[in-house]
Amino acid sequence: MRSICFYFQVHQPFRLKTYRFFDIGANHFYFDEYRNRYIMRRIADKCYLPMNNLLLDLIKEYGSAFKVSFSLSGTVIDQFERYAPDVLESYIKLAETGCVEFLAETFSHSLSSLKSDEEFNRQVSSQVELVKRYFKQEPTTFRNTELIYSDTIGAAVANMGYRTMLTEGAKHIMGWKSPNYLYCNSINPKLKLLLKNFRLSDDIAFRFSQQSWNGWPLTTEKFVNWIQEIDSDQETINLFMDYETFGEHQWPETGIFEFMKTLPATVFARSNYGFYTPAELSEKLQPRAAIYVPNPISWADEERDLTAWLGNDLQNDAFNKLYDLEYLVKNTPDQQIQLDWKYLQTSDHFYYMCTKWFSDGDVHKYFNPFNSPYEAYINFMNILSDFIIRLKDMHPVNRVEVQEQQAPREKTTIKKTAKTKVARVKTAAKKTTGAAGVKKTKTADKASAAKTVVTPATKTKSSGTTKVTLKDVLTMKKTDLTKLVKDIDLKTLYCALVGADNKVKKSIITHLGKLQLKSYNKLFAENLPVSDSDVEKAQKVLLARIKQLLA
Amino acid sequence: MKVLMFGWEFPPHITGGLGTACFGLTKGLLKNGVEVLFVVPKSYGDEDQQAVRLINASDVRIDFTNKMYQEYWKQLTYIEIGSNLIPYVGEEEFQKMTAVNTIDKTEEHSSVFSQQYTFSGKYGKNLMEEVTRYALVASTLAGSQQFDVIHAHDWLTYPAGIAAKKISGKPLVVHMHATEFDRSGDHINQNVYDIERKGMEIADAVITVSNFTRDIVINKYGINPDKVFTVHNAVEHNTGDSDLVIERNVKEKVVTFLGRITFQKGPDYFVEAAKRVLDKDKNVRFVMAGSGDMLNRMILRVAQLGISTHFHFTGFLQGAEVDKMFLLSDVYVMPSVSEPFGISPLEAMRSNVPVVISKQSGVSEVLKYALKIDFWDIDAMADAIYGLLHYDALSVMFRKYGKEEVENLKWESASSKIRDVYNKVIFKN
Repeated sequence: MRSICFYFQVHQPFRLKTYRFFDIGANHFYFDEYRNRYIMRRIADKCYLPMNNLLLDLIKEYGSAFKVSFSLSGTVIDQFERYAPDVLESYIKLAETGCVEFLAETFSHSLSSLKSDEEFNRQVSSQVELVKRYFKQEPTTFRNTELIYSDTIGAAVANMGYRTMLTEGAKHIMGWKSPNYLYCNSINPKLKLLLKNFRLSDDIAFRFSQQSWNGWPLTTEKFVNWIQEIDSDQETINLFMDYETFGEHQWPETGIFEFMKTLPATVFARSNYGFYTPAELSEKLQPRAAIYVPNPISWADEERDLTAWLGNDLQNDAFNKLYDLEYLVKNTPDQQIQLDWKYLQTSDHFYYMCTKWFSDGDVHKYFNPFNSPYEAYINFMNILSDFIIRLKDMHPVNRVEVQEQQAPREKTTIKKTAKTKVARVKTAAKKTTGAAGVKKTKTADKASAAKTVVTPATKTKSSGTTKVTLKDVLTMKKTDLTKLVKDIDLKTLYCALVGADNKVKKSIITHLGKLQLKSYNKLFAENLPVSDSDVEKAQKVLLARIKQLLA
Repeated sequence: MKVLMFGWEFPPHITGGLGTACFGLTKGLLKNGVEVLFVVPKSYGDEDQQAVRLINASDVRIDFTNKMYQEYWKQLTYIEIGSNLIPYVGEEEFQKMTAVNTIDKTEEHSSVFSQQYTFSGKYGKNLMEEVTRYALVASTLAGSQQFDVIHAHDWLTYPAGIAAKKISGKPLVVHMHATEFDRSGDHINQNVYDIERKGMEIADAVITVSNFTRDIVINKYGINPDKVFTVHNAVEHNTGDSDLVIERNVKEKVVTFLGRITFQKGPDYFVEAAKRVLDKDKNVRFVMAGSGDMLNRMILRVAQLGISTHFHFTGFLQGAEVDKMFLLSDVYVMPSVSEPFGISPLEAMRSNVPVVISKQSGVSEVLKYALKIDFWDIDAMADAIYGLLHYDALSVMFRKYGKEEVENLKWESASSKIRDVYNKVIFKN
């Protein structure tokens, strides 16, 4: 039996509120609670609830003969929890039928696969956790944001342990090949690929109500005739679409619900097709060939590329500035920071900055809260500026510096003077420690007396220690510490301390000279992107120095 | 095709946007194969020219030695009529200006070019009389010339256009460069409104410089939408002289307002937005260039807000000073309350300055690489300014594409749309 494979994308972003520059540093709530709730409620009532019920009825009627698959982003599940628990419940009911496969994707519907393997992994595992928690399934099929795919992304997904991945059957990669077979990744052939049949998918998703289209009105009979006409050796018709197609993009008046309601009956009566999920297909079918996709593709627009999200300088700038923060965020345990970081990565924010369509971007205007791509960019950057301030605020290394910056903003003058005094004392402390680098240890001790935060030096570790770790600096003598940082390459130091324990950071950085501290802060402010290998190398250098001193 | 055009001032005596527009579109029409009989009111007395200069800040320079320009003169029939009519002037101002001229003087003059017309008569005692007198002269003139269509620019020439239509029976096209509502807000001069309305009602077609103006024409004058066509203005392209190098003496970023400091231009919103930006970021200087009846109020407001160390008034700028001001600017703001078109943002963009413009301007309909805000939305204006100053990708993008965008606004294509309108009215009759 040939197969029809339905996959529905369910996603809503946490839309950002109008966030002016004067909110920076003053207001840390970024999301348009009202709008997000309103839109979620509206779509829940128009699409999610009625369509879920319809599918549930079909499954009740046809049993395991009718199957579909869903991919729910983590943000949409978060929104169900907050604004529409009834929808979440109805998804749980669907899951319980055993006829619905839930796919893995990124938590935020993000573009992390293009930027950072580590973040990509993190995002996927937090979405999978939600799927497991609510739907009691361990996904084996993966679909990336907007069906974005390339050879290397596929390989990374295979490494995460997924057996199947969905993507677009884009003309320019398929050539003469048909999307109606199972394919595999060109780097790791173990990863099977299911490709969207974009003509038939879009007949339902986009053209269903278009009266100018020669296929209109689309009946189930007509549709089944079309798929019957497809060469009998072609195995699967993959119908991938946004779930909002039902009831939101295509209104109930267009007959879209009736179409879905009668489709299974027509398929069973008039064709040799059945309904399968991606995981089943990947078991059932043999891959025909490898697909070569050196440059990422997606299911968006005519071009099927990434230009809707990363096509202009604004998008690239915002995207890069956001991901420059990755290491800093990872070392900030604060819950709210972690959550905001996730929500800010949602691809929709970059979609709103698209300048490809100035006048007729109907699809792009869908629930777009901004009047122009520039407003979207400015708003995002205002929020990102605040996010950076919060991050640095929480990063103890720079606390002194941050306080100095913030001081003039304090409202009461009493507080202000108090704060700046503290700041001054601290900088004074730094100055003296800097001097200590060249002079005597006495001043350094004085400085540490003024600064209670510094861990007092305990006895030197026995030189017999074989393995040296960064934690050893906590027990090092002040003199050794000053020696340690003397003439050190600051970039190396910066890299080595990325991800290091805060206490370790503190004890090293408080021993930096004044100029050294300045350049260190500069590096810090630049948010230099650092790779794992950089960190490793730098740590080796630093550890070698520590070892030498301890010996 | 030959058009009898009642236009405005011509180079070298160009004082404002209207003259520039007439010049540009006439040139474009000639390129599109349309012959032009150009009739202008010509006033004598340099004080008057100066007076006008003071009112219009956006002074566009044109290279008069340019060969194209001389070619152009050869093709054009240019007729001047002794008259004190000046664009953009209300009745009271007109009286003030003409008071210095001796009344009852008889004028006889010849144009510098081959065609010569002499006309003797008295200048009218007030603006309305002068408009009527100009119409009379124009109509006699119309009787002696051959043409296919009449084109009149702004209300002062509408009576002349109407008279010419009556005498010749040829179709009339009137061109709305600005409405009385743009000039006066809601406190309109009824006489002017009536002339505008009558002109548009009698006309076979109305051309507006933007959809913004088209809406006003349809909604506030009740003109039949079927005969109102929008033809956006274009810009003259400066050739060469962009080598002007300016040394910046202040390290702060500069945000500029340049234009008449009058109600229509929205200077008060600029001041309020400046306050919001300066509250957050002291590394910015705001400049208000120009003069006008709201200048003193603006100075007072800046003092009240306590931002005078970062907010500067230059007074009226012209010519090279304007170019220099643009070169010193990081952001140009045009917060106009009601702007039929608005050419100054285009000049700023041509000088590589990113712009923030109000949605209540015609120019916002043709620009993509500009931030558009409602003139009253001070928060949005401040945010746009701050964004352009702080998030480099935006200003880089605007600089990269803005200049090109402006250079693609050509008079030739605007004029071909006007020619289409001519064709429509000629073949309708």
